[in-house]
Amino acid sequence: MDKALYVGMNAASQNMMAQAINANNLANASTTGFRSDFAQTMALQVVGDGYKSRAYSQTESPTSDFAQGPLRQTGGDMDVAIEGDGWISVLTPDGSEAFTRVGELSLTPFGELTTSNGLPVLGNAGPIALPPFEKMEIGGDGTISIRELGQGPQVMSVLDRIKLVNPQVQDLVKGEDGLFRRRDGEFEIADGNVRVVSGYLEGSNVNVVDAMVEMISLTRNYELNIKLMQTAQRNSEASSQLLQIQ
Amino acid sequence: MHPALYVSKTGLSAQDKQLTSLSNNLSNVATNGFKRDRVVFEDLLYQIYRQPGGNSTQDTILPSGLQMGTGVRTVGTQKMFTQGALQTTEETLDVAVNGRGFFQITMPDGTASYTRDGQFQLSAEGQLVTTSGLIVAPGISIPINANTVTIGTDGTVTAVIAGDPASTQVGNLTLVDFVNPAGLQAKGGNLFSETVASGSPQESTPGTNGLGMIEQGMLENSNVDVVEELVNMITTQRAYELNSRVISTADQMLQFISQNL
Repeated sequence: MDKALYVGMNAASQNMMAQAINANNLANASTTGFRSDFAQTMALQVVGDGYKSRAYSQTESPTSDFAQGPLRQTGGDMDVAIEGDGWISVLTPDGSEAFTRVGELSLTPFGELTTSNGLPVLGNAGPIALPPFEKMEIGGDGTISIRELGQGPQVMSVLDRIKLVNPQVQDLVKGEDGLFRRRDGEFEIADGNVRVVSGYLEGSNVNVVDAMVEMISLTRNYELNIKLMQTAQRNSEASSQLLQIQ
Repeated sequence: MHPALYVSKTGLSAQDKQLTSLSNNLSNVATNGFKRDRVVFEDLLYQIYRQPGGNSTQDTILPSGLQMGTGVRTVGTQKMFTQGALQTTEETLDVAVNGRGFFQITMPDGTASYTRDGQFQLSAEGQLVTTSGLIVAPGISIPINANTVTIGTDGTVTAVIAGDPASTQVGNLTLVDFVNPAGLQAKGGNLFSETVASGSPQESTPGTNGLGMIEQGMLENSNVDVVEELVNMITTQRAYELNSRVISTADQMLQFISQNL
């Protein structure tokens, strides 16, 4: 039996995985701060006796697209978007540091500043806790100033600063929870050059046109592999007929 | 089966929820004291098929693995407590909160609810009630022979009774505030109730402790921004179409294999 059938089958099944990554990007086309994932295929040559004619394909997700998503004006005091490169540093339940571009902040009843999924946002020294306030402002460098309850507009107190980081993208890896972490698990040092804008949210950076074209191209690729399997089947049928005549 | 089918299904159901929330916002565009909802999306967990950084030989590591996302999840809806526009009605018992704070309403079972809708009326017994007849806490009775009723910015309710030149104080409207108003649970009927996430209510005189002033003869409009909702509706519809395109493509791929092999 010719092994070409297996080459085709392998390629078709790996292609489905690439299609799933692409579908995930499209499903998150309206998720705040989402970074789209790339899918690529790598050739794995089978080395053995005889002529090296077989190369299996393997789908990989090498990294995510770190391009800026569109900024959307929301007007919310607690909404921040990062302009250009950079990340908001959050504390994960296991005590490690993770990075997110989702600036949809909210408060717990104890005044702790968290992201929309409840992870504490890190400040200069650990999670940020705010006393009851009347008005909150987040400055361009992440500085949080508040007007405490009962205070006039002349008393704005600077409380803390959101820890904004800008690690090298090659050091970043996307975790199973969709948050980014350093590959080596180390804490990242705050970067004073990262800029945020208050009252905005960053949309998903999925380019839907690219994703649709990618989907079509993956589908055609898939069909080619099925055709290859068909051809292998016909070859096999032809050889069995040859045997019937004898 | 094809994993993309289930991934896109999550996309469709998320856009579906978004549209439901949008249409609810748009239906309440003229509801007094209504606060719009914002749907919050988050990517679902990722499945690691091949670990990035695994050793391909003793000395070399795989530069990248295979991680596949499983779609999108609606984390929740967030009530946006921005101020709605104040509308002058000249109606004596219409009040609006200019700033933070909620009116307290006593439910028939004695529990408290909170509202931003200050369209109050009088019951047959002269009590201050909401349009649905619920008593406004702490319970204010206006004398039947009152000529005029004045509600001060600090919530003091005074009435001028026929035949008496001096005004009589008949009660005090208080407001409550929450640390995290977005954590309040919307109950319908313009009412909210306290939750663990909102924190406990802190009662104060209007205009103190960060609470807004009470404005008589005004109502707070809904804070729904029609243009924003309509633009969101367009993006929702397009995202829905894209996800359904993925489903039909995945379906065609499966159809192709079943017909051609």
